[in-house]
Order: sequence, then C-alpha cells, then structure tokens
Amino acid sequence: MEQVLQYFFEYKEAIFIIALSVFLGIEVISNVPAVLHTPLMSGANAISGVIIIGGIILVGHANLSSFSAELVLGILALMFGTLNVVGGFAVTDRMLEMFKKKKK
Amino acid sequence: MDKVLGTLNGTQYTVGDSLLELSYLVAALLFVVGLKMLSHPESARRGNLYAFGGMALAMLTTLLLHRDDNGSNISLTNIWIILAAIGVGSAIGWIIARKVKMTAMPQLVSLYNATGGAASALVALLEYPKALTGDVGSILVTVLGLIIGAVAFSGSMIAYGKLDGKVGDVMKPFMTYINLLLLVLTLGLGVYITVSPNPPDEMIWAIYALFAISLVYGVMFVLPIGGADMPVVISLLNSFTGIAAAMAGFIYNNMAMILGGILVGAAGMILTLLMCKAMNRSLINVIIGAFGGGVSAAGGEQGNIREIALSDAAVLMSYSQKIVIIPGYGLAVAQAQHITQELDELLEKKGVDVKYAIHPVAGRMPGHMNVLLAEADVPYEKLVEMDDINPDMPNVDVAIVVGANDVVNPAAYNDPGSPIYGMPIIDAHLAKNIIIMKRGMGKGYAGIENELFFNEKTRMLFGDAKSSIQKLVTEIKTM
Repeated sequence: MEQVLQYFFEYKEAIFIIALSVFLGIEVISNVPAVLHTPLMSGANAISGVIIIGGIILVGHANLSSFSAELVLGILALMFGTLNVVGGFAVTDRMLEMFKKKKK
Repeated sequence: MDKVLGTLNGTQYTVGDSLLELSYLVAALLFVVGLKMLSHPESARRGNLYAFGGMALAMLTTLLLHRDDNGSNISLTNIWIILAAIGVGSAIGWIIARKVKMTAMPQLVSLYNATGGAASALVALLEYPKALTGDVGSILVTVLGLIIGAVAFSGSMIAYGKLDGKVGDVMKPFMTYINLLLLVLTLGLGVYITVSPNPPDEMIWAIYALFAISLVYGVMFVLPIGGADMPVVISLLNSFTGIAAAMAGFIYNNMAMILGGILVGAAGMILTLLMCKAMNRSLINVIIGAFGGGVSAAGGEQGNIREIALSDAAVLMSYSQKIVIIPGYGLAVAQAQHITQELDELLEKKGVDVKYAIHPVAGRMPGHMNVLLAEADVPYEKLVEMDDINPDMPNVDVAIVVGANDVVNPAAYNDPGSPIYGMPIIDAHLAKNIIIMKRGMGKGYAGIENELFFNEKTRMLFGDAKSSIQKLVTEIKTM
C-alpha cells in the first residue's frame, strides 16, 4: 500500500493528465454522427502519429560518428511515424472533401 | 534562445525550453479542438487541418528547440537526416492517400495504424537501454509502449491483410488457449523486465524477446476475428496506437505526446464500444468468440424465393412515392455507388422521394458507406441513420436492399437462437415492397439464413449489383 501511494505521489502530474485526458477524449467524440465515424477514426489515427516527436528526439540526439542499429531503427521509426501522420491527415482530408462538394 | 530563464528542480531552463513547452501546449489544444471539430459535419475538414497544424508545429519546434540531458540542441547533420526521413515518409504517405480507392479505405486506415504502432514500439525498444536501473516508472511505460505498439502493429497488418482479402480467417478451437498463453507470457515478461533489479544493459535480450512475443500475440489476436467484427478491431487497434504513443510520451515527459496519445486512446475506445453496441455484442465477445460458428438455430419455415424481372422492378420503382435504398458492403465491392446515385437522380426526376438508410456497421468500417456514397455525390441530407428511418419504414413503398444482408435480417428481432439476435437492424421488412439485389443465395458475413428473402413482400433481383442497377437505369429511361 505504501509503495502504491509512493508511486502515486511521484507520478501525480502524469496520473492527473491521464485521468483528465481520458475524460476529454470521451467527451470530445460523444454524439458524433455515424456519417463521420470513418473520417473521425482516420483523423484520430493521424493524431496518434504524434509518436513522431519521439522519433525526432531519438534520431536528433543519436550519435552519428558510428553506424549503429539504433540509428537505422530510429530512422525507420521516424519514417513510419511520418507515414502515419501525413498519410492519415491526407486521407481524412480526401474523405471530408467528398462530403463537402455535394453542396450545390 | 539559449538565455537561461531560471532553475527548476536543480536544472536550468532557457527561453527555448519554455517556448518548446508552450508550443506543445498549443499543439495539444489544436489536437483537442481538431478532434472536436472532426465530429461535426460542417467543421470536420477544418478540424482535420487544425490537428495537422498542431502536429506540424510540434514537429518543427522539437526539431529546433529540443535539448537533451546535456543541454545540447539537435545538430545540423541530425536535422538533415530527420528531414530526409520525414520527406520519404511524407511522400509515400501522401501518394498512397491520394491514389487509393475509397472502397479500400478501411485497409488504408489499418495500414497507417500499423505504421504508427511500429513507430511507438521502435521508440520504446530504443529508449529502454537508456533507462536508469531500478527506475520502475520509466521502465514500466517503456515496456507498456513496446507491448501495445507491437500488438497494434502486427495486429493492424493482419487486419489490413484480411480486409484486402490476402489473409483468411483462421479459427481453431485451441487458438483461444494459445492466445491466453501468449498473453500471460507477454505480461509476465513485461512485469519481469519492469521489476528486475538488473541494469537495462543486461536485459537487452529480454526486451527483444518481449518485442517478438508481442508481435506474435498481435498476429494471433486478430487472426481468428471474423470479417463482420473487423470494424471493432480496427477501432480497438487504433486506440492501442494512441495509448502506445502516450506511453512513449511519458518516456520523454512530453506533454503533446501524452495528451495526443491518451486523447486518441480514449476516443478510440469509446468508438469501439459504440460499434459493439451497434452489433449488440460485448467487446470480450468480439475478441474471444468467433462469429457465426455454424450454430444457426434458424432452419425451418423458409418458404419460396420469388424473383422479379427487371422491367417489373423498373415499373414498381417509377410509380412509387417513397423509396429507401439500403446499401451494404456488396454495393461497395461491386463499385455500384455511382450508378446507384444515377438511379436515385433518375427516380427523383420522376417525383420519387429517394433516401438511403445507413446502418451503423454497414461496410467494413463504421461510416464507410457514407464515405462511399459521398464519393458518388449523394447529398448528405439523403443519408438517413437507422434510428431515424425505422419509424418511417411502414410508409415506404419500396425498400431496395443492395448488397446488404445481416443488417436487414429480422432474425435479430424474432430468433433468440440467432447469433445476431438483439442487433439493431433497419426494418426493411416493414416496407410495402422489398427488392433485394444479390449475387446469389449466399449468406451474409454472419453466415446465417435471412428470412427476409422468403418474406412474401420480397422480390429478388439476382446478379452483380452494378450491372443490375445499370440495366434498371436503362429500363427506367426508356419508360
């Protein structure tokens, strides 16, 4: 018990952020019409590409003096992350574009 | 930028550090606002743009302002490498996003989700050796990020393969036990790594083993899940990717990543549960139980199938007042959305009121049908959701079911033994006439008989949806 309380105190900011963001995530998408489920999913998917920030930090501070597996995997992570972000936003935009144009 | 502003917890921080965090705050707010706007038809497109803006901002400021523990910025050579990687990823992502057919949208979302999961898993894998011995908090989030990211990656790849028809459903009774074993193994190893007093350097084998087992688990987790449940799985994996990104955010103590990730994770989870509700199934049931395992109770009173000639169908439609088209995945497969729109227009000219009834899980992804019909220029106002159209069904002269099956199966109301019992359906059986366009007498995704086909108000129009509707259009034009 004491250990749990100890962890809670040490990571209290993180735990607060998690709790509130979960609530926010639920609130933000509640009442979404079924029409928008696919674009919403694809847009949210693109946001999860925020992992790209981690990729930038990782490769950004990687040691370039020697060739390492870490660097290669880091670059791979970065490319994957970008694919997720750019592809995700682009495809969402394309879908929503079609919803728009039918306004005569 | 390098001007020291002050000291916090024994570390100096500069103007750049503060600006970086400020940009993360703006990015996180843009994510929230963007997601909120995405859930309203009028603002959706702008919302998507806002979220992208937030992402671009966070990427740019990280590149320029991020400092490591030693206080050094990202060097110019590294910046070039990063820009090159981002350039390649953007080009590929953009080209695929522009080229892909709208019917293939679910596959594409799965594929992008897989790349996001892979990125999270790789980041966690590479950050693990840098963790401090005994720092349980950091190691825990790293391990969680690795597991969830790897499962999201391999699971999404299998989902992609299935949706694309490259991977079939594999369901053996023993697989439930293997999956359970894999899950225990994954979690056990994860706990072992987290609480181990050994320095991370000596645990490298374990983290790679965990990576491998998690990948296998992701594959085994999605393999047995039937096609009808794919929307739920895609949404669930989508939520996983968000959570994995948030875990990585904790490694870097990066607020934009944490908030963005958890936001997507929570939103994805709610969407998943909404879909489960639309199919009247629990999430556990989707994950563990295979759908349509041949336990169909319906069998008896089948009666006769009555076909309708094209010309008769054309006459019936032309002289109706109210027609409801109920599209299913068959319409998407046949690429019949454009010709359906043409039929709709033709009928409207004759004074027929044409609406589309959209079931929440029609297609292979929630809302997929709306996207396809929008692509074919069907006005948004004509797409009516299930709950709104059902009360009006008895007034409908003709319900045209195009390539849909389970979503109009009355067994959901009156056959407690049916696997889809309790699932909300579109009440096609209440319409005055029902025309069902089908390739043949095949069963729907749930693999069960549909008594609607034997209803005395029902007429079948066999053949490929696209060519059938094409012929109908020609027929109606000559009238």
